[in-house]
Amino acid sequence: MTSTGTAETQIVADPDVPLVRITREFDAPREKVFRAHTDPELVVQWQGPNGMEARVEHFDCRTGGSYRYVHTQDGQEYGFHGCFHEVRPSELIVQTFTYEGFPDGVALERLVLEELPGNRTRLTATSLVDSFEGRDAFLASGMDTGVREGYQRLDALLAR
Amino acid sequence: MAADALSRVFSALADPTRRDMVARLAVGDATVNELAAPYDVSLQAVSKHLKVLEDAGLVSRSREAQRRPVHLEAQVFDLMTKWIERYRREAEQRYRRLDDVLAAMPDDVSPTPPPKGSPS
Repeated sequence: MTSTGTAETQIVADPDVPLVRITREFDAPREKVFRAHTDPELVVQWQGPNGMEARVEHFDCRTGGSYRYVHTQDGQEYGFHGCFHEVRPSELIVQTFTYEGFPDGVALERLVLEELPGNRTRLTATSLVDSFEGRDAFLASGMDTGVREGYQRLDALLAR
Repeated sequence: MAADALSRVFSALADPTRRDMVARLAVGDATVNELAAPYDVSLQAVSKHLKVLEDAGLVSRSREAQRRPVHLEAQVFDLMTKWIERYRREAEQRYRRLDDVLAAMPDDVSPTPPPKGSPS
């Protein structure tokens, strides 16, 4: 448990559609949590994988806006981009997300912020991916074994 | 198709009672009656939960013994939980950094940043 008494991140992967849903509560009002998602100077301070440097090319978090950022690790560059489809201050961000290593793949992401008593906020982030395989690649991203090896191992285990 | 298998595991583990059963089976095999004891649900409901876990490949039941104990397929479980738990942990680490960012923000913050080029 964190010292702030914040509940740990909960995660659900839906069996029927390729989505991942994450829920987390914060000891801060919605306005602040929203701002931390829309102000690029704040976004780079917390988003992205651990131990990776992020460079924001552009970040216009308004309805109809777009973004692109690049992570660098061991001299390798990993680019990500997407569009902000609907942005409603303090409430909602609907955006697309693409990892440029798989430019044809896209996730539809929906961020909902709810007010909780005591100036707290519940964040629900849903990522809908365009295939189960894409969703599982999402989940396995950064794993030591790739998704394909994971599948092979799983097949072998289930076939016994 | 492996993706379906993975999805079945995900949905099997999405239920708190089933997660609890899996946690107990991680300690050792148990009969259906033993598994049902702590819960305020019918034996039928427990059997249903077990069927879901079995269909997902997470548990198996021996055909030989009279007691037909339920056995956790630890390898399948480990692989799946590793994937999900690692993803969850990374998200949690990210959100702890966000906790720090939020704690450092001024109290009278407007939800949207000022447009580029304006004095902040």
